[in-house]
Amino acid sequence: MSKRVLLGLLLACGLTASALAQEPKAGGVINAVIQPEPPGLMLAMVQNGPVQMVSGNIFEGLLRYSPKLEPLPELAESWNVSEDAKTYTFKLRKGVTWHDGKPFTSADVLFSIEMLKQTHARARANLVQVDKVEAPDDTTVVFTLKQPFGPFLGIFEVGSMPMVPKHLYEGTDWKTNPYNNAPVGTGPFMFKEWQKGSFIRLVKNPNYYEKGKPYLDEIYWQVIPDAAARSVAYETGKVDVLPGGSVENFDVPRLSKLKDTCVTGAGWEFFSPLAWLWLNNRQGPLADKRVRQAIMYAIDRDFAKDVIWNGLGKVATGPSASTIKFYTDDVPKYPYDPAKAKALLKEAGYKGEKIRLLPLAYGETWQRWGEAVKQNLQDVGINIETIATDVAGGNQKIMDWDFDIAFTYLYQYGDPALGVGRNYVSSNIAKGQVFNNAEGYVNPEIDKLFADGAVATPDSKRKEIYDKAQKILAEDVPVAWMLELQFPTITRCKVKNLITTGIGVNDGFKDAWLDK
Amino acid sequence: MKQFWTSMLRSPSGVIGLIILLLAISIAVFGPLLFPNSPWRMVQRPFLPPFTLSTVPLGTDALGRDVFAGMIFGARVSLLVGLISTLAALVVGIPIGAMAGYFGGKVDDALMRFTEFFQTIPSFALAIVLVAILQPSIYSIVASIAVVSWPPVARLVRGEVLSLRTREYVQAAVVTGQSHSWIILREILPNALSPVIVLASLMVATAILLESSLSFLGLGDPNLISWGYMVGAGRTVIRQAWWITVFPGVAILISVLGLNLIGEGLNDALNPRLSREGR
Repeated sequence: MSKRVLLGLLLACGLTASALAQEPKAGGVINAVIQPEPPGLMLAMVQNGPVQMVSGNIFEGLLRYSPKLEPLPELAESWNVSEDAKTYTFKLRKGVTWHDGKPFTSADVLFSIEMLKQTHARARANLVQVDKVEAPDDTTVVFTLKQPFGPFLGIFEVGSMPMVPKHLYEGTDWKTNPYNNAPVGTGPFMFKEWQKGSFIRLVKNPNYYEKGKPYLDEIYWQVIPDAAARSVAYETGKVDVLPGGSVENFDVPRLSKLKDTCVTGAGWEFFSPLAWLWLNNRQGPLADKRVRQAIMYAIDRDFAKDVIWNGLGKVATGPSASTIKFYTDDVPKYPYDPAKAKALLKEAGYKGEKIRLLPLAYGETWQRWGEAVKQNLQDVGINIETIATDVAGGNQKIMDWDFDIAFTYLYQYGDPALGVGRNYVSSNIAKGQVFNNAEGYVNPEIDKLFADGAVATPDSKRKEIYDKAQKILAEDVPVAWMLELQFPTITRCKVKNLITTGIGVNDGFKDAWLDK
Repeated sequence: MKQFWTSMLRSPSGVIGLIILLLAISIAVFGPLLFPNSPWRMVQRPFLPPFTLSTVPLGTDALGRDVFAGMIFGARVSLLVGLISTLAALVVGIPIGAMAGYFGGKVDDALMRFTEFFQTIPSFALAIVLVAILQPSIYSIVASIAVVSWPPVARLVRGEVLSLRTREYVQAAVVTGQSHSWIILREILPNALSPVIVLASLMVATAILLESSLSFLGLGDPNLISWGYMVGAGRTVIRQAWWITVFPGVAILISVLGLNLIGEGLNDALNPRLSREGR
């Protein structure tokens, strides 16, 4: 059992191993909060967070991922990889039907891939290395790659590659297909009704291929636009599940103390949101590596974790979150050490030039974090001026490279080739775009390591490459890594087995049951 | 002048108001000398209740920052913003009002339509828009408060000037060939100032409230602590930690009340009809 899951369980009001051994009970209705109301439910067309949270119950991917991100069978029951790591053969589960009764076959897989290449930006990028996809028979799908692509087994999660019913979508205009509003999938729950602005109702799929599952009869996703009202809805018992991020951080301790309430930070391993400060490497004092290192030493990240994030999360050690593949903690470390920071600043010849700090306008928590970081930096003698701005204005400044230090957090998608390299390779420096190498870090060695790492085989070779890359980056501090964020999921303790995979609540309620 | 002070001091509200204002000013001026540390510094554990530790008498906020230090530094920002933005509003409002009242006719029409243009926009909404466009900083806040608060000054001055314009001593000045600016500055304005002073004291109070409201909404200068910011930042945790919002809230209440009392006292002292009755 991974450390992360264990931590989550410990947090979950001392839920012990014996509780896990309980026999699941069938039946019951769960009310959960969905925030914000999704723009649609057709996962192949729209991929916002809330869309996946609801339709992760309706649709399925070929694979799921454990909290350690090992692939688990879902629609594919087994798979094997050829010697040269260029051919992946998936055996599909037999006897799977769509919610309308039609059988699910390899033809659906081929169709889904063609559709996703046009409708799903991340799927398109993930499939770049795929040369061809074939279906020799109804239950076999073979992917042939142009060259070995290490993270390939990591791209089959439901949000990254949902399976779409060919018989309902082929030859239609996908955008206006009526089934976008009443999606048909293979998942454990079926779409029933959507009262806009009020709730989305899913009901049990009685013909689900895993016998006995799902245990729940119905799920109501309640739409409650106001954060305070969502907390109250939980307190009054209107909802039983508050997925990560649906209430403000400062409400978490209060709600956690309520009777029969369990809190867990698990279920974000696949996304592994990592928060950091973008440091503009191009100009001024921050162009000096020693100043950037001083910033790392100057910031009390344990304080941020304990006070601002209420103890949830983990202090980041480098460019990779500890939950994703090929993470190593064998890198230069930056504990809170103001004296060392001052010494480094002196050595670098910093003379009190003004440095602008751009906090993230995502609400209370981020605002407080900006204030704490500013104070930390001022304490070691860095002259910080906070620039107040809104989300759009902040993005604009980052896109225009008009910043010195800027807060952000990004998802890592389980593999350095999918989520880490993009922020450090020089080919990804593009003015006018956000969430790339906005810091302007240029290091040909890093470029080469990430290019090699994506296509190297076997995994031990990839590990070697990424270990080296992490070491170099942690030494150079292109950005100041802060925390691996965890968005706590709050539930009544009677809701069991809600989070079983690395995708958490977004992966559907297939294993969840209610202890009555 | 002596008569002014005696009648001012005879009005109880004026005295109370003056005491409060002097207290607030001395806190703003000397307080930071007693608290050399930045109010943003995290000094104790977060959410420490008030009256538990003598080093942080009013407790700490969500990050462990001293609420008392925040209030003292906040006094500086609140008073400074109140006074400077009022001064700026007077500098704009008085000349416009005086010219409109003195010259009358088309000049009056033009200036008053211009003034009304500002008066028709809800002042707080305009202030928010201005600060949001200019990026929140102490300068943009002072400027936007001044922009929304000069029209009443202009209208008041215009009214006063209109009535003084027809007085005999003014007409005498005109006959002796004095220049317009001389007449406005030396003959009319000194006699029109009393109501403006009363209005100004109330404007300072309004400006403090405006700054607090802007900071409450997160549009304050992010580099300066102010009472409104403290209330805004503590608002969301009011159920767990009442003291973070209550103390700065009370500070706003008291200083605004003090300024209103001063306004009332000034009104009593400067109004000849009231002061001679010897209330």
